[in-house]
Amino acid sequence: MKIRFEKREKKPSKLLIFLASLLSVLIALVFLGFIILSLGDNPLTAYWQLVSWGLGTVPGLIQSLVSMMPLLFTSLGVLIAFKMKLWNIGAEGQFQMGAFAATWGALYLFPHLTNPWFFIPLLMMLGMVAGAFWGFLPGVMRAYLGVNEILSTLMLNYVAIYWVNYLTYGPWKGPHSYNFPVTAQFPQSAIFPQYGVGGLNLGIFISIGMAFFVLYLVRYTKFGFHLNIAGDNLRVGEYAGINVKKMIILVMVMGGAISGLGGMAEMSGVLFRLQPNFSPGYGYTAVIIAWLARLDPIATIIVSFFFGVLLVGSQQLQLFMQIPSSLVNAFNGILLFSLLASEIFLHYKIKWVRS
Amino acid sequence: MKKYLLLVSMLLVAFLAFAGPLKVAFLYVGPVGDDGWTYSQNLGRLYVQNYFGDKIQTTYIESVSMTDTVNVLQTLAQSGYKVIYTTSFDYMEQTAQVAKLFPDIIFENCSGYLTSQNMSSYFGRIYEPEFLTGLVGGAMTKTNKIGYVAAFPTPEVVRGINAFALGVQMVNPHATVQVVWVNDWYNPPAEKEAALSLMGAGCDVIKSETDSPAPLQAAASKDVYCIGYNTDQSSYAPKTFLIASVFDWGIYYKNDIQNVLDGTWKPQNFWGGLDTGVVGLTPMSNLVPDQVQKLVNAIEEAMKDHTFNPFAGPIYDRSGKLMVPAGQSVSDQDLLSMNWFVKGVIGNIPK
Repeated sequence: MKIRFEKREKKPSKLLIFLASLLSVLIALVFLGFIILSLGDNPLTAYWQLVSWGLGTVPGLIQSLVSMMPLLFTSLGVLIAFKMKLWNIGAEGQFQMGAFAATWGALYLFPHLTNPWFFIPLLMMLGMVAGAFWGFLPGVMRAYLGVNEILSTLMLNYVAIYWVNYLTYGPWKGPHSYNFPVTAQFPQSAIFPQYGVGGLNLGIFISIGMAFFVLYLVRYTKFGFHLNIAGDNLRVGEYAGINVKKMIILVMVMGGAISGLGGMAEMSGVLFRLQPNFSPGYGYTAVIIAWLARLDPIATIIVSFFFGVLLVGSQQLQLFMQIPSSLVNAFNGILLFSLLASEIFLHYKIKWVRS
Repeated sequence: MKKYLLLVSMLLVAFLAFAGPLKVAFLYVGPVGDDGWTYSQNLGRLYVQNYFGDKIQTTYIESVSMTDTVNVLQTLAQSGYKVIYTTSFDYMEQTAQVAKLFPDIIFENCSGYLTSQNMSSYFGRIYEPEFLTGLVGGAMTKTNKIGYVAAFPTPEVVRGINAFALGVQMVNPHATVQVVWVNDWYNPPAEKEAALSLMGAGCDVIKSETDSPAPLQAAASKDVYCIGYNTDQSSYAPKTFLIASVFDWGIYYKNDIQNVLDGTWKPQNFWGGLDTGVVGLTPMSNLVPDQVQKLVNAIEEAMKDHTFNPFAGPIYDRSGKLMVPAGQSVSDQDLLSMNWFVKGVIGNIPK
């Protein structure tokens, strides 16, 4: 017996795609249940712990939103590139560069600015420019040298991470950090407005606003029109008179700017100081989120929020059931696997052939 | 059905309002299975849970990244925890940040220096037993090279290295202490590599200061003597383990929680030495000669009586400059911000 994949004639319907995504989540949850069972705990209690705090209480809900913010920014950043079938997995590095630039501005370039109305937009610009530059590099390399963007974006992530490590372990180490790798705290005028004690801050609303902006961009502008055509087929795009090289660079730059803004928002809104490992890999989770949302900006808000709930829930699992939080990483991995598998089943028929 | 729900929710409210046990939470920097720092913290938690029984209810959360700290602390503060211990220097700033928001909740940070009206800091004078393990290391080295696997160049760690080196030199003025920074509290592969490279450089005693027993395992694999830290890790190197400095956090947590229960809790900057029992030594291996064991025991007793101070002058720094003249000793203030190495230490403190 042999297995053969045959391309389906019809494109899968929206409903089918939605069901496939839902099924992927369910499969991942079932696998998660088996892992929890093997740890000797009741999976149903664990599921309840996973969502009850993050969805069922006001402080938990706020924390979920806080966790959603960096995920949403980076997911939108990769989403634009994915639309054009550019496999930008550099959101992590762009995010880190945005955080770096914001810290540079807040602590070193303009330490004497006291007017937040001027200071904060300036830092947002800095974050976007740094992220955009980190997208520009692989964009140019892809457009003019044919360098595979998967490799270049991935490797630039490490460059960014080590750059942040260098600064925080070295010249940017804070004066009161006692040799610990963490910068000084941002001045008050560089911090996003905070609402209440729960961590609710302006960055969250900016991230949601950004999702609508991306929606507008891909649906209602000439840029979005070109993006969709070139995304279907680069050749066709060229025949249609689209400057594909320019598009590639533009898309990478825009994606980078959005992720970079995310890094800035994480600094200004949540952490207030730069330190190594400040991102637990948001930029990589973003890839899963963008896929699960099937590259729809509004669905991305919902899926990012779902992952925010999971992140917060994983802490609950630990606090109240002593289940290791790395379980959520396992969940993410299984989810990506089942998503990719569903992709195959959506587009291909499987035939058993006698050899 | 509705009645039932009402009853349940009323019971829940009643339970929350008259919640009996004091809820106490611990934040750990590594996994409880690290068999080192976090393991020793968790022993302290288990001890108080056992000691106070129904009066308290404890929980922990392990491997909390610095970015999650604020989030986790807020969750705990908002779900009824009244005493929260953050057991690493990493969490100090974030603990202070959240403590400001919840003035009714007691926050305590281990090994930091910030305090406020509802925040304490606490630590053990681990440099005292570290000096004693230095005596053993200095007596046991034949190549006169001792390798030291260290985490971050914080004052806490620098202080420990200095105390260890002063102990080494008291019994063996020719021996040097070579330091490798792992730049992580818990990173077994990096800790192991550090130990292997030190042995490659000719060190015949390995001293670990990081959180896992990996340096000891590496030493055992090459039949090299080793000295541990945090907890008794002798089982990882049964043939070559010499001694270790250890923490006994249960003693501190017991007194502290008793104060909370009695309503007599006040913020403090606790820094207890050998006399408090918060720090101490494991039993010494038979490999350590009798007279060395006697010396260690004698000086341990002297430290408990405060008649011996490991940081008494004269002490020279690495370049030979006299830092502490004879007749003086390093003040607590200077110990807490120590950022220079004593003579005989090979390694740099990144500036």
